[in-house]
Amino acid sequence: MLDSFDFDVIRRSLGHLLRDGLTFTLKLTALATLGGVVLGTLLAVLRLRGPAFIGRIAALYVNAMRSLPLVLVIFWFFFLAPYIGQWIVHAERPVPVGIFASSLLTFTLFEAAYFSEVVRAGIQSIPQGQVAAAEAVGLSPAQVMRYVVLPQAFRNMLPIMLTQTIVLFQDTSLVYVISAPDLLGVASQVAHRDGRLVEMYVFVAAVYFGISLLASSAAGRLQARSALVHPPT
Amino acid sequence: MIEIQHVDKWYNPSLQVLKDCTTSVAKGEVVVICGPSGSGKSTLLKCVNGLEPFQRGSIAVDGTLVNDRKTDLPRLRARVGMVFQHFELFPHLTVQDNLCLAQQKVLRRSRDAAVETSTRLLGRVGLGGYGEKFPSELSGGQQQRVAIARALAMNPVAMLFDEPTSALDPEMIKEVLDVMVQLANEDGMTMLVVTHEMGFARQVADRIVFMDQGQIVEQASSGEFFASPRSQRAQEFLSKILAH
Repeated sequence: MLDSFDFDVIRRSLGHLLRDGLTFTLKLTALATLGGVVLGTLLAVLRLRGPAFIGRIAALYVNAMRSLPLVLVIFWFFFLAPYIGQWIVHAERPVPVGIFASSLLTFTLFEAAYFSEVVRAGIQSIPQGQVAAAEAVGLSPAQVMRYVVLPQAFRNMLPIMLTQTIVLFQDTSLVYVISAPDLLGVASQVAHRDGRLVEMYVFVAAVYFGISLLASSAAGRLQARSALVHPPT
Repeated sequence: MIEIQHVDKWYNPSLQVLKDCTTSVAKGEVVVICGPSGSGKSTLLKCVNGLEPFQRGSIAVDGTLVNDRKTDLPRLRARVGMVFQHFELFPHLTVQDNLCLAQQKVLRRSRDAAVETSTRLLGRVGLGGYGEKFPSELSGGQQQRVAIARALAMNPVAMLFDEPTSALDPEMIKEVLDVMVQLANEDGMTMLVVTHEMGFARQVADRIVFMDQGQIVEQASSGEFFASPRSQRAQEFLSKILAH
């Protein structure tokens, strides 16, 4: 039965798949994680320590993003981003944003909502005594956050963040709705061009599986190592 | 140095934890606050550097009002050292960085100057050569001595101690008390100490403040307090803890 398959198609298109497709996927994952963590941390800090009014807006944003299906958000941003760009720079026509920039913007804003919940839990896991001790030596609220709370919180959160990044890595495949040339998109093109759907989708699944497995075993090892010893409270 | 005037504090309208507390600590004086658990000792101490807000009365440290909205609290706290029951060293930093952090970020000392001060103070509390270790590698007594050094690194005008030995194993209590005794006797440090160590109180304290149920029940010189406590509640308290 296997005779009817032609797995050589993978070898023939490997360069294209990895150089273009996988690079798009990994770059999108890395940059969106970075942006999502930075923006998510800002949202979490605002919710926990900011003025009540700002905190409520941040909470509203997080809850709104978490209530929307990702595919819908990708779709909307792809069509809206040119108009937002037009509005920002006061151009006459919608500004072309490009598939990668639009995807990156979407994932950053979307993942920030999820990362902010992770960071919020991380901040709340730091004992109140640590905050009191940091305040007692004269650190300002911002310095307490920057030098005492966040470094410890991030260490505690690292395994969960890595897990969330794996989810993000898999979610990037949803950019197929805007025909983006990510790993799945590129493989899909080849599959349809050469009529090798099964071979290509098996290959893509194996790549996603391999990378995710590697990353989650790294997360497991981190979990075992990263626990900080806290004094009893 | 520390003036506490008619301080009232409520956690909620039906739970008053401090009732009309008035006392003071003069420059160079060592005052021990003692009393049964839940009497408000630690809470009063935390009011002194603004870690706990209070609703009525006033507290001034070296002329600066703690409860004034215009007071720069971080700046005031930098001048008042505090030592906690559970040490509260920063676990992600080495011992040396625990001492350097606020020196560099608050006092704006150079890294070299901060390291020099840290090294000198670690030597003083008997922990020279421990700078590169992390808090988790130290015993409780060692951690508490680092915490004292961390507070001293800021050149405080006064030190607050919140039950500094109650989380320690018995054999480590002495090493911490020794550092505190030295601080009081040799440096003439102004100290406000919440503790159950009556030996320390008798030996070092100039004055004892006895609290019960949020009130300051009795204040007397150390000799007077231990020889003949005036209030019945202080008598009961002393008979309970000095019985063994």
